Amino acid sequence: MAGWPPPALDPAGPFADPVNTLAWVLFGMGAVVLTVVAIALVIALFGPRAWKRRLGGERLIWIGGLAFPVVVLSGLLVYGLTTTTRLTAEPRPGEMRIRVTGEMWWWRVAYLDGAGREILQDANEVHIPVGQPVVIELESADVIHSFWVPRLAGKVDMIPGRRNFLRFQSDQVGTFGGQCAEYCGGPHALMGLVVIAHGPADFEIWRRRQASPAVGATDGAGQAVFDRAGCGACHTIRGTAFNGTAGPDLTHVGSRRTLGAGILPNNTGTMAGWIGDSQAIKPGNRMPAYPVLTGQELRDVATWLGEQK
Amino acid sequence: MNRKTGALALAALLSACVNKSQGPRELAGADAARGLELVEAAGCAACHVTPGVRWPQGKVGGSLVGFADRTLISGHAPNQPEALITFLHDPAAMQPGIAMPPTKMSEDDLRDVAAWLYTLDD
Repeated sequence: MAGWPPPALDPAGPFADPVNTLAWVLFGMGAVVLTVVAIALVIALFGPRAWKRRLGGERLIWIGGLAFPVVVLSGLLVYGLTTTTRLTAEPRPGEMRIRVTGEMWWWRVAYLDGAGREILQDANEVHIPVGQPVVIELESADVIHSFWVPRLAGKVDMIPGRRNFLRFQSDQVGTFGGQCAEYCGGPHALMGLVVIAHGPADFEIWRRRQASPAVGATDGAGQAVFDRAGCGACHTIRGTAFNGTAGPDLTHVGSRRTLGAGILPNNTGTMAGWIGDSQAIKPGNRMPAYPVLTGQELRDVATWLGEQK
Repeated sequence: MNRKTGALALAALLSACVNKSQGPRELAGADAARGLELVEAAGCAACHVTPGVRWPQGKVGGSLVGFADRTLISGHAPNQPEALITFLHDPAAMQPGIAMPPTKMSEDDLRDVAAWLYTLDD
């Protein structure tokens, strides 16, 4: 999938820039210290006797071993803490809020109103308006996950029983890959997501369409297969009787960029492959393979799901 | 038949085998490397074990390993360029009941994909 795994050192917004700068400062200073230590080591081993004597004194320990690290590490600690505190502060009134819940091994996404009530459900995609800070509320349904969209922000853990916050903003329209950054079991490496930044008008169009029931949720062969195979026990399609909540909401699955949580392109073929045997694609994920469907049934249900835009 | 003619006959037979995948399968102007890029972007590997694609290695459809040496496409149509492109365009039109959906690629794209499939000869 294009943009996944995402590049880690290519910031695209004001909340990713300071994290990127912090990373380079840490790397740069680490490189300087390593160089100085390596030179000192070479001198200690092979240098002239007078230089060795100087290196061996107690003064060097006091300066290089104590004073320098205390000053530099304290400075870096203050720098790092102030930088990251600004990015993870609680939401202020009027800020847009999106709740992302880590599940093994996908992301449940809910858009919240000012009072923190859920107004929209989605999965594995986060849609944001461009040029505006958005607060992501991070929760976990099972184990520790970590939400990481490197081009927009640093990574923050999703911890069971806690709610963490992360603020990000995109200054350009585009699609940004994300990845779970804390090992969470079997298919952890295949737990990706996509953030899509829209222009203000496009975001409004998307929001309205997302709030409506599925457009293709009419009768048909595909819907009958979906029903017979029991897909509705885990998946919701608003506007139909399918209302399971264990797996991702599929109301508008046909309009998503990816399948399998950010990892496959979304088309009828990959949908059929995913339904037929998602275990071959993402071993250990919680959706079973369906070796009971005929080729016709598989194509029908995949086609019908692709119509749910 | 003496030994020499026997060896000649064997050599002719062998070269006939080797040539099986050449000649009529040439796709003029098609770009096999681009074909592989299209296959990767479309996610064909979600169903097919695909040489040149490390992940995924789907098992819903047949493996594409050695596709050029296959006699039939999906056990159905003769494995020749024209039939292959028709098949890829809409598999169910040729073989009703098959799971594989229409690929939604242009004729040029399908020619590139077919050219790439015919490089899979081992």
